[in-house]
Amino acid sequence: MNAVLIALLLLPLLGAVATLAPLGTDPQAADRRALRLGVAVTGAVLLLTVVLAVGFDHGAPSRMQAVTDLRWIPAIGVRFHLGVDGISLPLIVLTALLTFLCAVYSTKRLPDGEGTPSARSFTGLLLLLEVGMLATFAVLDLVLFFVAFEIVLIPMYFLIARWGSGQRVPAANRFILYTLLGSAVMLLGFLLIGAQAGTFDMTELAAAHGSGLSHTTQVIAALAIVAGLAVKAPAWPLHSWLPDAHTSAPTVGSVLLAGVLLKMGTYGLVRILLPIVPDGTATFAPYLGALAAVGIVYGSLACLALARPGAKGDLKRLIAYSSVGHMGFVLLGIASLTPVGVNGALFANIAHGLITGLLFFLVGAVKDRYGTADLDTLAGTTGAALYGRAPRIGALLAFAAVASLGLPGLAGFWGELLAMFGAFDPAAGLSRPAFVTYMVIAGLGTLLTAGYLLLVVKRVCMGDPSAPPAGGPEGAGQPAPVAEIPDIRPYEAVSWSPLAALTLVAGLWPALLLGLSDPAVKHLLGGG
Amino acid sequence: MPGTLLGSHLLLGQPAMTSPVPAVTSMATSTSLASAAPGSFVQSIDWVAIAPPLIAALAALGVLLADLFLPAERKRALGWLSVGGLALALIALLPLAHGDARSTFCLRNVAGATGNAALSSGACSYVADHFTLAFQLLALGGGLIAALLSVHTVDEEKLPGGEYWFLLLSSATGAALLPASRDLATLIIALEVASLPAFALVGLRRDGRGAEAALKFFLSSVTATAVMLLGVSFVYAATGSLHLSAIADGLAHAPAQLKPLAEAGAALTLVGFAFKVAAVPFHFWLPDTYTGAPIPIAGYLSVVGKAAGLSGLALVTTIAFRPYGHTWGLALAVLAALTMTAGNVAALRQRGGTPHSAVRLLAWSSVGQAGYLLVPLAAAGYSEAAEPIGATVVYALIYGVVNLGAFAVVAAVSRSTGSRLDDYAGLFARRRWTALALAFFLLCLAGLPPGIVGLFGKVVVFRAAVDAGLGWLAVVMAVNVVIALYYYLVWTAKLFAPAEQPVTERRLPAPLAATLGLTAAVAAVLSVAPQLVLQVAGGSLF
Repeated sequence: MNAVLIALLLLPLLGAVATLAPLGTDPQAADRRALRLGVAVTGAVLLLTVVLAVGFDHGAPSRMQAVTDLRWIPAIGVRFHLGVDGISLPLIVLTALLTFLCAVYSTKRLPDGEGTPSARSFTGLLLLLEVGMLATFAVLDLVLFFVAFEIVLIPMYFLIARWGSGQRVPAANRFILYTLLGSAVMLLGFLLIGAQAGTFDMTELAAAHGSGLSHTTQVIAALAIVAGLAVKAPAWPLHSWLPDAHTSAPTVGSVLLAGVLLKMGTYGLVRILLPIVPDGTATFAPYLGALAAVGIVYGSLACLALARPGAKGDLKRLIAYSSVGHMGFVLLGIASLTPVGVNGALFANIAHGLITGLLFFLVGAVKDRYGTADLDTLAGTTGAALYGRAPRIGALLAFAAVASLGLPGLAGFWGELLAMFGAFDPAAGLSRPAFVTYMVIAGLGTLLTAGYLLLVVKRVCMGDPSAPPAGGPEGAGQPAPVAEIPDIRPYEAVSWSPLAALTLVAGLWPALLLGLSDPAVKHLLGGG
Repeated sequence: MPGTLLGSHLLLGQPAMTSPVPAVTSMATSTSLASAAPGSFVQSIDWVAIAPPLIAALAALGVLLADLFLPAERKRALGWLSVGGLALALIALLPLAHGDARSTFCLRNVAGATGNAALSSGACSYVADHFTLAFQLLALGGGLIAALLSVHTVDEEKLPGGEYWFLLLSSATGAALLPASRDLATLIIALEVASLPAFALVGLRRDGRGAEAALKFFLSSVTATAVMLLGVSFVYAATGSLHLSAIADGLAHAPAQLKPLAEAGAALTLVGFAFKVAAVPFHFWLPDTYTGAPIPIAGYLSVVGKAAGLSGLALVTTIAFRPYGHTWGLALAVLAALTMTAGNVAALRQRGGTPHSAVRLLAWSSVGQAGYLLVPLAAAGYSEAAEPIGATVVYALIYGVVNLGAFAVVAAVSRSTGSRLDDYAGLFARRRWTALALAFFLLCLAGLPPGIVGLFGKVVVFRAAVDAGLGWLAVVMAVNVVIALYYYLVWTAKLFAPAEQPVTERRLPAPLAATLGLTAAVAAVLSVAPQLVLQVAGGSLF
């Protein structure tokens, strides 16, 4: 099994290197070959993750499996330590799935235009990105985690800066500078832990559960780590890079950014912060909970403001802000420090990856068809009437929106419910009134979320398909929406249906994920 | 060179000569070749230990002589002679790599080291330990890469060959001698041997910029030397010795009325070294010097020149001024914070369209990098052992490889287009591998994957700071890493942007291509196996 895990990291890396090799003299043929190579490699990776999931001992998800533990840099005590447990396995599968779907989607729909680089570079960067994302969830050494955390930055930077639209270079700069500042501070926290505990090994440190680290060390290290991961998650008020990055990123970039990159932050909180510096975490949990609650309401209000008629709201921006709200639930669950809350957080993590990935795909398709993602231009006077013009896309968009607002029976429901449960009865030592307040605020946030998502569905999906397009006064300077648009295309159906199906499965059968994560979470929290 | 060494030593060795015990080294490590008859007044010299700088010095003399007899059309051979000499000097490091430290030019009895075996082994003027070897590797290796870069520059810019190669080899000799020297006189002589030829090298390009650059460099450097000499004389007056280990002893036991003198001396010596490493506020000469110098020389100065200053600073602080650890530790920490911030902020302000902006950016970024290099030195002031110095050595080695690589690309690009940052637009489309190599070097300098080795360089520096309890300095450095990332990234992004206008590319000369390949290969190998360089940080250095 450990060979599978190593191959999982090696395969995309080799694929990325292969895109540098000459693929033929004709640039167009080389591009096609590169895109096919991307699909083949990501497909193989997805198969490997399925093998990993099947071979995983589901009877003991709290145990690290497929472990590789080698000396890499003895000089500074860094080990090449890999492994998966019930917490990381779902995230690895999600990552491989989303990357594969993105690769499939890109074969037909790669952003083009003046100055867009070749598809070879795109494939190379996508594969490099996959290496970093998978490695983040698979490594068990603090320094290695930091390295994996950093690997994703350069590919994502170039995906936004070169294949994006609008203010793409400033957005990409803001993304990378914010994240790097966060992760550099996080590294200081890791080094402090390493200096005190004498090891960077996550499993050892988690087993020690904070013993050997003084309270002061724990508090300082926790502060540094929370700061770094909160930028990535993102937690309010460190989220301001996210809307710009999402608005400018190409569809594939948005899907991976929301679907995987944000999860790296919350995964780090669960994997590193909770078990390794428990005292420090307990000190900061109430503040983290407060930030989460503010983030939930802030994200929803920002979305409501964007969804209003006349606000010139960009749909991608809106979904980016909705991510701030949804990640707020994840953070709230983690801050409760209870098994229920953390399980909910992990579930919400996966659910958000599936649903928001789907939403970004759909919005990307709408943007392609109409040439704009501006809600006012799209909606015109009566609404964009997707139900009438492209009924399948309209139905999928409505499905994703309803899943996102947390309808019972779909994936979005369980995670947020459990996170709020966790906040209702937080771990011993945390102020219950404070957390109950956060829970009430979060509950209010769900109402607001339902409000803006239904508003978006109303403005985008409903309307009169025969109404004249609103290209007039307020749409000056923007492309007028087209009246006739094609419905879902085969490659779109292929890349979207797995996400929709999994959203349904996770909603109807939550035990599939919770059964994996629950023992592992209890183990990390020191209970089992 | 041997003459200088011996001379300086004999001068210092006078107390020993007058003592009843003849000044004979009893080092077990000295080879049979060098063993002298007991009781003789002739010093035995460990020739193997001093081989690396010696070979470089002999090569310098050889080049100077050969220049007289070679016909003009065969002067190219001088370049290859120098490259060969430096390669030989590097090979001479190999026998020293294993086994214990070897010392030569030792005294049996000096002030403060009476009869104590442990101390008397420190009273040697030349020691080849791991610290020495690492910095000699950097000095000679950096010199070798600079020489490879220079082969075509000397031809194309019609620089006087004999002089150029002689000066380069002399300077490399000084830089290689410096980390081995363990007394202040040898140290300063080595430092001057490293710097004096560099002034001339900077001024060799006979245009207005070259002369101005050389003058600025000369004046600031000579001021630094003068200040340093004053400091050294104070220290000598207060402690009665020039040997570093004896100074440490002397400072600890200095009489109360000599304390102010000793402290002033230490401070002035440090100021002198701060000039040499271009630490803020003594850095103003650097960008103009780099832009005025031939590009290989700018690269050489940014790596070997800095390494020389740093190794001297490390020796003086961690050995000689050990008793004042907390004082210079704090001073160096402040200096490091100021240097990295000033360098990075100035680099940030470079505009792509101004002439020579690529070299200016590398110049300012090298100021910023010098700030990172000072961090472990500052940390060493706070810890009992000299352990943190390992981080400086590691970082200097990594920085040396990737910075010279970046200068190699600058040299390649300036042949066809120019050395503005804007000239790099579209390089990827024109020259795939050159552009990829530069992108890799820049990301290594920034410390971001795929430049893994640069990232680990930063990690060890951070670790040194955190271990020493210098949390504030680590945070300042974290902010600086982010600032630096921005300008490195803007440059990297330019490589992949569409070109401004079509450019006809000239073929890359073989030595230049070889340099590029060599530096990129070393950086790539180190990225996969960082242990190769990081082990220096793990073991004991002195």
